[in-house]
Amino acid sequence: MEVIRGIEWNKPIPDPDAIEAPFYAAASRGELLYQLCPACEHVQFYPRGLCTECGTTPEWATASGRGEVYTFTVIRQTHSEAFKNQVPYAVAMIELAEGVKMMGNLTDCPIDEIRVGMAVEAYALEVADDFALPFWRPLTATSG
Amino acid sequence: MKARDPVIVGIGESDYPKAPHLSGIGHHVQATQRALADAGIEKREIDGYMCAGMAGEAGMAVAMAEYLGIRHRYIDSTMTGGASFEFHVQHAAAAIRAGLCDTVLVSYGSDYLSRMGRTLGTGDFRQTRSVAGPTMWEAPYGLPLVGSYAMIAQRHMAEFGTRPEQLAEVAVGVREYAGLNPNAMYRDPLTVDDVLSSRMIADPLHKLDCCVVSDGGGAFVMTTEERARDLAKPPIRILGAAGAQTHWNISQMGDFVTSAAVRSGPEAFEQAGLRPDDVDTIQFYDSFTITVLMLLEDHGFCKKGEGGAFIAEGHLKRGGRLPLNTDGGGLSSCHSGMRGIHLIIEAVRQLRGSAGAAQVPDARIALCAGSGGYLSCIGSVLLGSEAR
Repeated sequence: MEVIRGIEWNKPIPDPDAIEAPFYAAASRGELLYQLCPACEHVQFYPRGLCTECGTTPEWATASGRGEVYTFTVIRQTHSEAFKNQVPYAVAMIELAEGVKMMGNLTDCPIDEIRVGMAVEAYALEVADDFALPFWRPLTATSG
Repeated sequence: MKARDPVIVGIGESDYPKAPHLSGIGHHVQATQRALADAGIEKREIDGYMCAGMAGEAGMAVAMAEYLGIRHRYIDSTMTGGASFEFHVQHAAAAIRAGLCDTVLVSYGSDYLSRMGRTLGTGDFRQTRSVAGPTMWEAPYGLPLVGSYAMIAQRHMAEFGTRPEQLAEVAVGVREYAGLNPNAMYRDPLTVDDVLSSRMIADPLHKLDCCVVSDGGGAFVMTTEERARDLAKPPIRILGAAGAQTHWNISQMGDFVTSAAVRSGPEAFEQAGLRPDDVDTIQFYDSFTITVLMLLEDHGFCKKGEGGAFIAEGHLKRGGRLPLNTDGGGLSSCHSGMRGIHLIIEAVRQLRGSAGAAQVPDARIALCAGSGGYLSCIGSVLLGSEAR
């Protein structure tokens, strides 16, 4: 996925532990990671220290970065200092081609045109050194 | 009835919807005193205690047991959000049956409105900039609490064709009951158009699809059927009590159209030997209109996806066959953060026949369905007014 660097980030930022940190480092290299269980092939997100199905220690896998809007909302009122100047903005659950779901902001799309089922692709914002967060935008013919 | 069958013998609510004279602990105290007086039980008889809360000592069972001076031999601080008190009924019933304690007090209190204003649904309740733990996967994207329920509603609409005016009917029906409750925060009649023309907060939920933010608290006393024989008020029986969880953080909900009530509901009905058709009134957690729709479907009152049409048929309104939230609910009466205790209290009022103008004729069986978190934890409690 594309990585956009040099972002000034004033919103909440994850403080990952050792299990979670590789996700953000990989995102800064343009890779979107999820977890795959080597024992039962269960896929999961968010990353954990064990497979929620069988308890085995999961392994990382790299996603295509393509998915669909599973559901979404447009936030039109918030008292949160970090976000209140951004309204209206879209928060979506993205169902990845690999089967896991991730929450993220859907950008680069008029909010009235967002639909459940629309095809999207990931991009990343590097918000600190070697630390990036995934975001989502419509999948266009040119990006395919 | 068996001697150790658990029953509810006392209920109390603290002042609401706005009570600047009470702290969170103050709400516990007032509700507890009222519940004990209602039961006709001395505080020293309480040997089991349960509570939950959002933050601070008013949510800590050990701190509240100390403050209230309860020398318990059984304590439970299960915290499943607004459904905590339905889970407490399950736990108290089991403990009483097992002889681990005889008389349990459950209490709750919150001064949310007076302390924090109307910030619960749209505020910055995760204040920190650096976020550890599983909420880190959501925090950078700015989803307030209402947004979680909005995403559930959006998926339900996309998958089943549920319409905003069907959700609005929930708020309209509950408001009619609020008009009968002199303490309710909002009492003026409401129309579907009023709901749909109120401002959009998080698509597709409007302001009037959302519950109020208030102060408030409640308490109830459970004991054995044997002990209840000496008390003034008719005992209300615990016919079934079950709980289940699908997720805690909304991003882990799975399919977004199925709650844990698909497990807790059938389990509670099986314990009671009852079916949804047997229920006379429902007291459901109405944090948002969509919450009621999901709980209706998942408890089996209609098929999955048909909740919108079921609501539009008017069953939940005053005079319908399944009156909902006869105290005005969270949508119009009071919601101080974790409303589940009021579901139990109003169901007891109905089953005693003491609900005044809001009385459901001949109400014998009530279903309370608490929802905690983001439709994360569901507690289903069936209460009954007579021996079965």
